[in-house]
Amino acid sequence: MNIDGIQNGYVIDHIHAGKAMLIYHYLGLDRLDCSVAIIKNAKSQRMGRKDIIKIDELIPIDLEILGYIDPHVTVNIIRDGERIDKKHLALPERVVNVIRCKNPRCITQIEQDIEHVFVLADRDKGTYRCLYCEVAHRNEEKP
Amino acid sequence: MRHMLDITDWSIEEINALMDQADEIIARPDDYADAMRRKKLASLFYEPSTRTRLSFEAAMIELGGHVLGFSDAGSSSASKGESVSDTVRTVGCYADIIAMRHPKEGAPTVAAQFSPVPVINAGDGGHNHPTQTLADLLTIRREKGRVDRLVVGMCGDLQFGRTVHSLMSAMSRYPEVSFVLISPEELKIPGYLRESMRRQGVPLMEVEKLEDVIPALDILYMTRVQRERFFNEADYVRLKDSYILDPDKMTLARKDLTVLHPLPRVNEISHAVDNDPRACYFKQVLNGKYMRMALILKLLEATK
Repeated sequence: MNIDGIQNGYVIDHIHAGKAMLIYHYLGLDRLDCSVAIIKNAKSQRMGRKDIIKIDELIPIDLEILGYIDPHVTVNIIRDGERIDKKHLALPERVVNVIRCKNPRCITQIEQDIEHVFVLADRDKGTYRCLYCEVAHRNEEKP
Repeated sequence: MRHMLDITDWSIEEINALMDQADEIIARPDDYADAMRRKKLASLFYEPSTRTRLSFEAAMIELGGHVLGFSDAGSSSASKGESVSDTVRTVGCYADIIAMRHPKEGAPTVAAQFSPVPVINAGDGGHNHPTQTLADLLTIRREKGRVDRLVVGMCGDLQFGRTVHSLMSAMSRYPEVSFVLISPEELKIPGYLRESMRRQGVPLMEVEKLEDVIPALDILYMTRVQRERFFNEADYVRLKDSYILDPDKMTLARKDLTVLHPLPRVNEISHAVDNDPRACYFKQVLNGKYMRMALILKLLEATK
C-alpha cells in the first residue's frame, strides 16, 4: 500500500497523538481485509504531533463514535484518488455502547442486554450524562 | 405513549393541568368513583415503602380500579434474576398502568422502553421521585393560591435529598421563584443543580442557620439531616439544632408560612409543631393521593 496514494477510502487526520489505536479499536478496523495504515507522532504545525489513519476502502464509518473519541479529527473522503469531502467532527448528541456508567446504583449495572446510552449535557465542558441515572461523565477531549 | 419518569419531562402547562384535575377530583370525588372501572394498576415495589405504595393503591381504588403487584423484590421474579424489561413486558399483559419503585437509578426509564403500558416512577434510588414533587406542588398551590412569586426555603440535607432537587427543578420554571438554601457546608445542593439555577437566572441564597432566614420565607421545605453525613462531630454539635423546626422558630416565621416535609420525619420537626395551622405535611400526603389519581387519569386517557 502506498500510504500517500489512496484511491478510494479515508484519511483520518489530526488525531490527538496516541489515540490512533483507540480509534482503530472502536471503528473495528482490525476486522477489515483492506489496507490500513497508522501513522503515529507525525509532525503537525497546529498540534505539534498527531496521529493519522489511512483506510484503503470506503467502508461505513461511525462518525459519532469518532467524534466522541476525538472531536478534533478531520475525516477526508477520497474517491478515485481525489478528496471529495472533508468532515470536521464534533461531540455527538448521544453515544451508544461506548461509555459504561460507573454509578454503582445505576440500573445498567444489573440489567442484561441494555444499551448504554449517554446524552451530551454540556458541549463546552464535554459533559455527558447517563440516560438512566443522569450521573455525569466528563469527556477528556473538549472540542 | 406518555410516562411519568422525571418531572422535568412534563411542561408547566401539563403540570398545571394535572393540578386542575386534582382540584376537580377533590371538589367532586363521586364523579370519579368509577372513572377507572375494570382498569388495573400494577404496583411493582422492589423495595419497601409505606406512603407511596399505599398512596398509589388508594388512588386507583378511589378511581374504581383494581391493584395487583408486589411490595418487595423478594416476592417477585427479580429474586430469580428476572430483568426489569422482562418483568414489565409480562406485567403489561395483565395491567393497564405500572407504578414502579426500584433501588436502582433509572430502572423506570428501562421499564418505559419496554412496557406496553404507561410507567410511573414511584422513586428510583436517590435519583427521582416525581409524584412526590407533584404532591408538593399541589400543596403549595392549594395553600398559597399560586406556584409563582414565592420565596422557598429548603432546609436540611440538600445534597442527597432527591425530593429537594426535583422540587427545585420544577419550581424554577415558574416566574419569580427564589430559593433560600439552609444546610451545613457538607450538605449543600450539588454543583450541577446550582449551575442549572444560575443559567435560568433563579435567585439563590445559601445560609447555615434556619433561624436567620425563617422570617423571609413563604414556604419551608424540611428534610432530615443525618449525623453520619457530617464530616466532623464539632460541626454536627454546633449546627444540629439549626435544622430542627420547633415552636420557638415558628414564632419567628410569617403567619402565612407553609411548612412541608416529604416524610418520614424523625426529629427534624418537633411534634409540638404538628398542631400549628402552618404545618401542612399531612395535607401533603393527602394531596399526593389526589395528584396520583389525576396522573393515572391523564396517562390512561392518553392511551385511549
